[in-house]
Order: sequence, then structure tokens, then C-alpha cells
Amino acid sequence: MDDHGNWLSLAEIASRINAAELRATDLVDQSLKVIEEKKDYDAVIVTTTARARERAQVIDEQVKRGENAGRLAGVPFIAKDNYLVFGAETTAASNILKGFVAPYQSTVIEKLEAEGAICVAKANLDAFAHGSSTENSDFAVTKNPHDKTRVPGGSSGGSAASVVLGMVPFALGSDTGGSIRLPASWSGCVGYKPTYGLTSRSGVVAMASSTDCMGPLTRTVEDAALVLDIVAGRDDRDSTTIERNPEGYVLSGPNMDLHGKKIGVIKEYMGEGLQPGVRAVIDTSIEKIRAAGAEIRDVSLPSLPMALAVYYIVVPAEVSSNLGRYDGQRYGYRYKDAKDLNESYSKSRGIGFGKEAKRRIMIGTYVLSSGYYDAYYKRAQTVRTKLINEFERAFKDADFLLGPTAPMTAFKIGENVNDPLQMYLADIMTVGVSLVGSPAVVVPAGESDGLPVGLQLMAAQRQDKSLLQLAKAVEELVRA
Amino acid sequence: MVTAETRKKYMPTIGIECHVQLKTATKLFAAVDNDAREAAPNTLVSHICFGLPGALPVLNREAVRLAVRAAFALGTEPARFSKFDRKHYFYPDLPKGYQISQYDEPIIGEGGIDVPMYVEANKEVQTLHVGIIRAHLEEDAGKSTHPAGKDYSLVDLNRAGTPLLEIVSRPDMHSAAEAKAYVHELYLRMKYADVSDANLYLGHMRFDVNVSVSSDPGKWGTRTETKNLNSFRSVEKAIEFEIQRQIEVLEKGAEVVQETRGWDEAKQRTFTQRSKEEAHDYRYMPDPDLPPIVLDDEYIEGVRDDMPALPDDYRKQFSSMSLDRQVIEDILADVETTHLVADALTKSSPEDGRRIAFWMMRPLTDEEADGARTRTVQIDELIALSKLVGAGKLSSSAAKQVLDEMLVRGGKAEEIATRLNLLQVSDEAEIIKIVEQVMTENPKAVEDLKNGEQRAIGFLVGQIMKLSQGKANPGLAQQLIKKQLGL
Repeated sequence: MDDHGNWLSLAEIASRINAAELRATDLVDQSLKVIEEKKDYDAVIVTTTARARERAQVIDEQVKRGENAGRLAGVPFIAKDNYLVFGAETTAASNILKGFVAPYQSTVIEKLEAEGAICVAKANLDAFAHGSSTENSDFAVTKNPHDKTRVPGGSSGGSAASVVLGMVPFALGSDTGGSIRLPASWSGCVGYKPTYGLTSRSGVVAMASSTDCMGPLTRTVEDAALVLDIVAGRDDRDSTTIERNPEGYVLSGPNMDLHGKKIGVIKEYMGEGLQPGVRAVIDTSIEKIRAAGAEIRDVSLPSLPMALAVYYIVVPAEVSSNLGRYDGQRYGYRYKDAKDLNESYSKSRGIGFGKEAKRRIMIGTYVLSSGYYDAYYKRAQTVRTKLINEFERAFKDADFLLGPTAPMTAFKIGENVNDPLQMYLADIMTVGVSLVGSPAVVVPAGESDGLPVGLQLMAAQRQDKSLLQLAKAVEELVRA
Repeated sequence: MVTAETRKKYMPTIGIECHVQLKTATKLFAAVDNDAREAAPNTLVSHICFGLPGALPVLNREAVRLAVRAAFALGTEPARFSKFDRKHYFYPDLPKGYQISQYDEPIIGEGGIDVPMYVEANKEVQTLHVGIIRAHLEEDAGKSTHPAGKDYSLVDLNRAGTPLLEIVSRPDMHSAAEAKAYVHELYLRMKYADVSDANLYLGHMRFDVNVSVSSDPGKWGTRTETKNLNSFRSVEKAIEFEIQRQIEVLEKGAEVVQETRGWDEAKQRTFTQRSKEEAHDYRYMPDPDLPPIVLDDEYIEGVRDDMPALPDDYRKQFSSMSLDRQVIEDILADVETTHLVADALTKSSPEDGRRIAFWMMRPLTDEEADGARTRTVQIDELIALSKLVGAGKLSSSAAKQVLDEMLVRGGKAEEIATRLNLLQVSDEAEIIKIVEQVMTENPKAVEDLKNGEQRAIGFLVGQIMKLSQGKANPGLAQQLIKKQLGL
């Protein structure tokens, strides 16, 4: 912690731990203390106290023996509860997974632990990551760190809030259609969604396999880059993973010079429906970036207005399929008094799944049904291909794209719970790159009525390194 | 019972789907032992087989290689591009709620095979061409058991994820006999291509038969699908039963119901399992966890270069032995015999090949049948043995004794023959002594022979064989008798 009670940078923490200037056990205790103090925000479902303290001791002893304990030595973090982690149940905030203790860990967790990071808790989320507000959690609603009457964004709302509340220096989220970026924007931290396939999905409860991406929520772009550098790359356990950039992702040296950089402002995101306060923050940011020498131009992606429709066909289709395994037969919740197999299925799933999961199962089952497949799923995939082509063209005209993260700031808890369509609209500016597979990052850019607004930056597939370099330069400009 | 006359009015049409279990060491999408025979239930499972949250399938490359081999064995080429799809349904032995299969872009497309078929009526082997529509890779489900009188069922996931190749034929068969010939030929090809152990007893090949009958040659009748047949015989019997049953239904003026049927082995009859209305909507969708399989020419040619000889290759090679086609089929029925005969032909002559073929087609000994002893035998020694017979040094009955000894204890043909004192004596000087002795002891027979009684020479040779303990060369003995008498 620095003099203001803020966490140091990840690299700084690890370096001080390795130099024996800090002790991992103290950091874990510090983290658990803040979690306890701020538990009324419901950012965390459960702590992994015993295992975290054990690991901290091991790291302190390693350092005592003069060994290097890794690039994240002693750094406490919180994982979204859809990551399979030892030391606590993994529930994805759903009743149907209550009691499930993971017998293996996700690849991302394994890689972080190998560098000395310590998972101290599991963060709240919309059950199975279905949602934009964390209100769909079967356990509790996470509160926005800036206004307890508002949502933190979702579905990685617990992760975003935990970072902003100072519980940990970084947290893990998952982003299927904006689930890292939206809460980063609404809660006020950095959220990084890598290129699809750059981070392994193995050991993370699947939402929609073709867009699920694992990424960090951090206080700074530099921290996000370090976490990505550790977790990125091919994984034998996930056939959709891709090779990492051989130069890695760590940011070092001077900031990217924005002179001559072509940055496209997505026209479709700047039209009607954008809250004036959000527009003001984005406009100001654009001016600062222009002033720093970047060439700002308007870019249009004509199919983008259809992205949300495509997303809410493709994703529920995959969701309905991926949730098939939660049937009460092998693990998780099981209705005990079933008279036959069908009742066991229907009651276990009927009671175990929440409203939103059921809604998506219904939509997904419908669009995949014989007679409807061509009209919905297949057509959606056609538009998705069109979208991919449009983004590809856009990235020929511009080095990066820019826009808001959502049309509005965090809404009130309960404001949209009975209006799923309004809720889905919060994703309208994030689902595009998810369908395309491009990387995107959100950096805090200012406030509107005391609520954070995040600026979204996007790059072509596999351009994660340069996107992070841009984000770091922009972060300094817009925070000033 | 349908009369032969009524039967003639209807044309049966049969198509067959066959599930072949591939002989990979591990499962299709998990690095877990694929051999579930000896394992206790649910011991050959990983997070993938168990369908745990976050578990992702990883394709077994060996299964792809075997599928490419199968493509060649089915008279076609593998697809350059194919992909996996999810087939959804709920059952406790299907852990993920879907089976990973291939829906619209299978790894094997159109093909076809020539099926040799023995036709009783004209007592000869004819060739039947059966088209292959497609063949695709998919994972097996687990095994459910429902203990009688219990209020629970048991699930064993050891088999869940075992790689299968489903081969779909064209409806090119029109009798149970043709269907049986087809499944037998499939069996041979999968076995020779080394794609599968093809042990039917262990369920390595399972058949679903689609049967319809029609009195209008231009139209197909309504078909039924009888599922999960696991022997050539049950394929034949189930089809025959369905043909009869459907004709009876139509003769009564009723309609055949499109449905899935099962086969009751004890009662030797098919029964209704589920009707078309109850058919699943599998909600196929591309599996987003698995990238498509893309095969380039280099890979495909590499597999082709490595192909073992197929039944048709052996049929061609064996034609040099001037055997009945049915005898060749009998040889092919046993892979080891086929390999021995092929080796004999390569290393020696059709004559030796033929002799070895007949030797090896003999029934298995008890020990062999028990699996206590395999028929491991040195081809060079078999050829040596055959050559002893060919050179007249060993009678065919003596050769069989040597062979038995060779199969049980091993050893060299000539050494065994010598040790058992079976070698024929072709040394004139030695045989002449015996000939003279026999002729002296049997004056009556000699007299008869002189009077033109040809049967007498057989008697004399018999006596010579007896006296020589079977070692005298009978041809030579006959010559010497005639010589003695100046005949």
C-alpha cells in the first residue's frame, strides 16, 4: 500500500516481496481485512482464506531461502466465481452449482499461481455471467463503489468493485459480450478483453464458447498488461487458444507517440441514445487524444446496429447448449424427492437455475430448433461474418477504434430488472468486438454526475500489444 | 406367415448405419485410456468425460488418422475440411447434455464398396456394389444399467468419449443376405485397415438397419429403423423379421409406422421403441470448442503410404492360387491366415500358398480357442513344410502331424519330421528290400496282379506302407512292384 492506502503496482509489490521488504502473509491479511470492512458491497461471494494464507507462507519462505517467488509474488487477487479455483466452492453465482468444489483449476489461475499470485476470494457475478448489472446473481446484488444504490455493471461486477474498493490490486473477469468492460466503465477501473483465444477458457464455467474471453480488471493499464503477459498464450486444454506475441505484453519504455496514429471514432456509437454526460466525457477524451497528435476520423460499421440482435441469438444458442450439463445428476444441486428421471431433470434445473439462465435457455433452444435454425442461428452467423468483414475494413482505415463503453452510466439497482430488453441495451457498444473476436480495453476517462465513465479502445485481432500501448498513453491523457 | 408368392410381390430396401469403435489408445477428446474392458466403473474418466464445468474437448489426432484410413478402406478420400457439431439430448449417460458428432460436414463423404456375396442358387460368389453416403467421427455415450427391482439406475462413464466412426450406407441392399454380406465386408475392411479391433463380441461394431418394403418398384415404402444390432447374424435375422412383418402389415391393408425398433435376441423379433412423433429434435449446432479439421495433401498422402493391404488387395493376390472365390473369402475371414498365405505367395509359389491356406483354415485347437496359444508360426517353416510335401518327402497326413507339433512347440519342419520319423523313403535300395519282402509274403496278390487284377497293386502298396511305417514313398513303391514283375 502507498501513503494513501492504495495498492502499489503489481510489479512493485512483487519486487518488494522478492526483496523481503513486504511479506505475502501481511498482504493477504490486508486484503482480507478490506474485504471484511467492505463486505456490505457484496463484491465477494466467499474468501479462500485458509488456502491463501498457506500459499502466502510458502511464498514468504521461498523468499527467505533466497528464491525468486515470481513476477506476481505475494500479489493478492480475486477471481470471478466462474473460474474453477481450489480453496472454495465454484458456483458461478448460481444455485445449481451450490456445493460444487472444483477438482481442478482453470489454466489462467494455474499460470498466475505459478508466478506467485494468491487468490484470496471469489467475486460475485450475474449467475453464469448472464447479465449487465450483477443483479442476476442468485446470492446478492453487488453495489457500485461510487453509489451504493446503483449497480456496478456486469457480469464481472464483483471483480470490478473489488478492485475499485481496494480489496485487491487486481481481479479476474470474463467477457462474453462486455462483461469485463461494462463494469470497468461503471465502477471506474481498467478492464481488458483480449483477442479471442489469447487466454484459455479451460476451467472457467462456459457461457458462450465462441466469445468467452478471460481478462483482468486493474487499476492501471500497466498492471493489466503484466497480468495478460502471464496468462496469454496457447493452452493444450483449450483448442481455440492462439500463440502469444513473442515480444510479450509487458509495457516498458516511453509511452506510444500518438502522432500520426489513425484513430477511428465509431459513428454508430456516437448517435442518439448516448447520455449527454457520457458523450461529454468521450468528446473531451477525443479532443485530448487529438491534441496529443493522433489523427481522429469517423468510421462507420453499417452492420453494427444489428450486432446486439446477432449477439442475443448466437450467445443464448451456445448458452442453452453449455448449460445442458447442469442436470442434477453428477454434481451441484439435485432435487432429492424426484419420482423419476424426468422429474429429477425438471425440478433440479427448474429450481437450480435462475430466471435469466432460464430465459437464455429458452431463447437458445428455440433458435436451434429444427425449422428455426436457418431463420435465426444461421442468419445471425451470416451477419456475424459481415460484421467481421466490416471491422477488418475499418482496421485498414484506422489503427484503432474508439467509442463509449455503454450509452449510459450505472443505473439504479432494480431499475431494469423487469425489463430484460432495456438491460440488454447496456451491452450494445460492447458486443460488436465480442462477436468479431477483437481485443478491447476500457480506461476510466472521467465522470458524469459523480459516476465513472470508461472510454473503450479497440484494435484488430492479435494487436493486443499495441492496443495496450495506446491505452497506456490515453490513460495518462484522459486522467489528467 | 407370408407365402413365397406374396413375398415376391414386394421389394425390400435396406440401408445400414454402422458404428465402428476406433482402436485409439485414448478417448476422442480426452487423454484417458480408451480400453474399458477390465476397468472398474467410472475409473477411466477425467473432467472432460465427466462433463465438469469448464472442461473443454481436445481432439485426439490418432482418431483422425484412423478415420482417414477408413476413408481409403471405404473406397473414397477424406474430406479436406470437416467440423464437429453438438447433438443435444438429455440422458444420464450423456454428461454434457450433448454428444460431439459431425453433422453436415463429415470427415468422409461419398464412397462405395464392392461386396462379394455367395449366392446359393448358382453356387458362386457374385459382387454387389453398396454406396457409402458418408462416415463421421463422434464420441460414444456412457453405459446405463437398470438393476431389476431397484429404484435407481447406474451410469458408467468409462465408455463416454470412446471414438466412433459412423458409416452410413446407401439403401442399396434388397435382402437380408445382401445386408449380411455388406456388414461382413465392412468388418473385413475396418479390420484389415487396422482402424478397429472389430471385435463384435466386445461391441466394436454396432449396426442400425433401415428396412422398408414396397410393391411399387418406383416407390419406397415407409421404413423402420432397428437399432443396436451387434452381430452379423442379428443383422440378418432382424432384417428378415422386419421384411416379413412389414409385408404382413401391408397385406392386411394397414400401414407400416415409421419408428425406431429394438431387437429382442431371446424372442428373435423386433419391437417398437419410439415413434416418429417422439423423435428428438437434436438442435445440432457447430461446436465452438473445436476448430474444424483441415487436412492437407501431404498429411493425406502420408496416411495413404502407410495403409496396410485391404481385402481387395489380397483377393487380387490370392487369385493366383486358382481357388474358388468362396475359399478365398474363407481365408480372408481370418487375418492371421491371410497374412501367412500372402507371405507364402510373396516368398514362394502359389502351390505352397494354397497348401498353407488349407492347413491354416483348419479348426482351432482347444488351446487356441481358449486364447492360451496363438497361432504364431514361422512362415519360412511353413513353406519348408509345404516344400517337403511337394517334393514327395512327406505325405499330407504326415505333414499335418508335423504342423500340429510346430504350432504347439515350434521348431523346424524337417527336424520335426525326422524326429517323428515321418519322412518318406525315396531311396530305391531301401524300399526295394521292403517290396521284395512284401511280394514274398503275399504270393496270392502277386499272382492276381500278374493276371491283370489292378486292385492287387493297391493292396501291396498298402502292405509296403504298413511295413515301412508310412515312410515309403507310395508312388515309388508302385513303380518298383511293376518293375519287379516286368509290367
